[in-house]
Amino acid sequence: MNFLKRTIPLAIAFIMGVMMAFQYYVPHEISQSLLKVVSRWGITIGGFAVFLGAYSLFHLHMTKIRRKLPGWGYSIFVFLGAGITIIFGLYNGGEFFWNDKQEGTMFEWMYFNVQVPAGATMFSILAFFMASAAYRTFKARTNEATILLIAAIIVMLGRVPIGTMISQYFPIVADWIMSVPNMAAKRGILIGVSIGAIATSLKIIFGIERAYLGGGD
Amino acid sequence: MIKKNRDIYIIFSIFILFFIVNIVYLSLGWLDLWGNGLGIITGAAFTLAMYSFLYKDNPVFKIAENLFVGVAMGYWIVITWFNILKPDVFETLIVPIFKDTGKAPQFTILFPTLLGIFMLLRFSKKLAWLSRWSFAFIVGLGAGITIPNFIHAFILKQLTFDSLFSTSIPVSINNFLVLLGVVSVLIYFFFSVEHKGVVGGVSVIGVWFLMIAFGASFGYTVMARMSLLIGRIQFLIRDWLGLLQ
Amino acid sequence: MIERLINIDRRFIFLLVAMAVTIPLLAKFNLPVRATKDVESIYYKIDSLPKNSHILIAFDYDPASKEELQPMADALLHHCYRKDIKVVGMTLNPGGTGLAVSAIESIGKEYGKTKGTDFVFLGYKTGVELVMINMGENIFSAFPEDFHGNATIDLPVLNGIDSLEDFDYVVDLASGSSIEAWIAFGKEKYGFDLGAGCTAVIGPDMYPFLQSKQLNGLMSGLRGAAEYEILIDRESTAVAGMSPQSVVHVLVVLFVLFGNTMYFMSKRKR
Repeated sequence: MNFLKRTIPLAIAFIMGVMMAFQYYVPHEISQSLLKVVSRWGITIGGFAVFLGAYSLFHLHMTKIRRKLPGWGYSIFVFLGAGITIIFGLYNGGEFFWNDKQEGTMFEWMYFNVQVPAGATMFSILAFFMASAAYRTFKARTNEATILLIAAIIVMLGRVPIGTMISQYFPIVADWIMSVPNMAAKRGILIGVSIGAIATSLKIIFGIERAYLGGGD
Repeated sequence: MIKKNRDIYIIFSIFILFFIVNIVYLSLGWLDLWGNGLGIITGAAFTLAMYSFLYKDNPVFKIAENLFVGVAMGYWIVITWFNILKPDVFETLIVPIFKDTGKAPQFTILFPTLLGIFMLLRFSKKLAWLSRWSFAFIVGLGAGITIPNFIHAFILKQLTFDSLFSTSIPVSINNFLVLLGVVSVLIYFFFSVEHKGVVGGVSVIGVWFLMIAFGASFGYTVMARMSLLIGRIQFLIRDWLGLLQ
Repeated sequence: MIERLINIDRRFIFLLVAMAVTIPLLAKFNLPVRATKDVESIYYKIDSLPKNSHILIAFDYDPASKEELQPMADALLHHCYRKDIKVVGMTLNPGGTGLAVSAIESIGKEYGKTKGTDFVFLGYKTGVELVMINMGENIFSAFPEDFHGNATIDLPVLNGIDSLEDFDYVVDLASGSSIEAWIAFGKEKYGFDLGAGCTAVIGPDMYPFLQSKQLNGLMSGLRGAAEYEILIDRESTAVAGMSPQSVVHVLVVLFVLFGNTMYFMSKRKR
């Protein structure tokens, strides 16, 4: 059983990893069609992942409701929202889900008038909290913090038209900050993170990193 | 108790005000209920319900938030069906088996379909191990394509610097600063030894570069969040209240 | 007094922010916006494309970033349709499908363009880099059908397109890490010109790619969209947003300065 549960997945990851890494350097027709087939399979498998997400969300809220945890009543609205949307989506304007997706259905109405305004507003709330944080916590306590603060102020003013009106140098200095020190630091981070990603990929291929196996034996 | 009552009064008054505004707009013909009026009113209701959180956490916000989460998940499921599962699995594998569509069923699709179904067994107690095969396939594939493509795009290409000896002195200085910044940030990250001597000095420069970059990111984040807010206020005063053209 | 100012009810700050955004919008004053070279590069690239060229626009964002990226998408689409460029849309974000298809089709209609002949929305696929690679190998393999279920192989708009490398220009509108993926698994692997639009949050992270010319241009945030609106001479929501953006930035800077003054004053007192 250990062979099926542990050896096979490790072997799959190893074979896939090595094969795809070498494929890059072999511009042969067979190698190209392998890439095409395997990437298409990956997309199809990925399609099923939506149900993992759905299960996690519904399970979380079902548990809340079942155990009557504080605020469990609100969890009902998750099911209500999802239920209505899925029903409208599958009804597909009377054509049902096995036919092509129809336009101007109630499913789209739900998207444009619930998901879009609510989603867009949710993240805009952070605008207020950022302003509040700027007032309360953004302090020049150390030299490093002072550098950060000055850069932030110059960029904030240099990137809006009013900055140009205050001083023509604001946009020039802001541009310089973005394309010289900011660029250099971000490039350093990018190279560092990429080396990290490559190292993790190698660990996965050689079975050192096994988090994807999940827990258990 | 008084405070709680006050909150209820506030929520109730806003609700009444929202209702009155919409009734006035509908009766004056400024919003067309069966055109896009109902949609705009629903959108405005959700926008205001979300902003009610700014006063304090309240049931209206929580209901709107949970409804939104549900709708977004429902949308994701239905879109995945119509965009991936239906064209790539249902119509290429399943339909041709039962109906003559002029196309032979593509049995090779069976392989990723099975792996996709195995993935969902993650939640089964007995068969969870089968999901490991699916994850191994996806993770191994991802690791394999990451290595050569990242080396080429993010390391070799990013390690190409402009010449330090340009015709213009400011450009040369900037090119030097970029080189100094990249090297010092990398040294700051990768030398786990105590930051002393030359390494220490270079690390300090790395920290300065990072601080400027974080400052720039902070400025841009403020800009981003404020843009989202501007968009929502534009929606409220233009699309809903019609105060802007 | 200082302590009271430091610990002021945050809802007062919220109110000031709301006013700083609403009043300039209602007052309808526009501030001059000057296009930067990173945005101009995208504009001139599209402007230089001959009639019936193909552009791929990846709408890799969802409603959470709509207010920043939708004005950008609108401005780009206006420019492409005006220049009679064939538009192919797609997304790697399921939440982005509705926004993308409505923009492509409604703006297309304004210019009398026909679905399937002048533009198409391919829809959503999951798997990010796998989608790019599959499109690079064969676009009809990645998207056998468009968003409405039509077989892509029959669509006239895709005549002459077989792989990513056949596109004359690709623009990614991103709210996440898709630009990096488009660079590593798209541009560098299949070789095409790539431009990008992104939320301001990730804007600063994109500068290394501009300098390495892995991106030919960049629009970041509402400001980027406003610059593009100015370039195509069609001022809309993004340009209108620049006056509240200015006022609210000044307000945040004042908050920082005031907060710091209070902090140093209270420190000296202690």
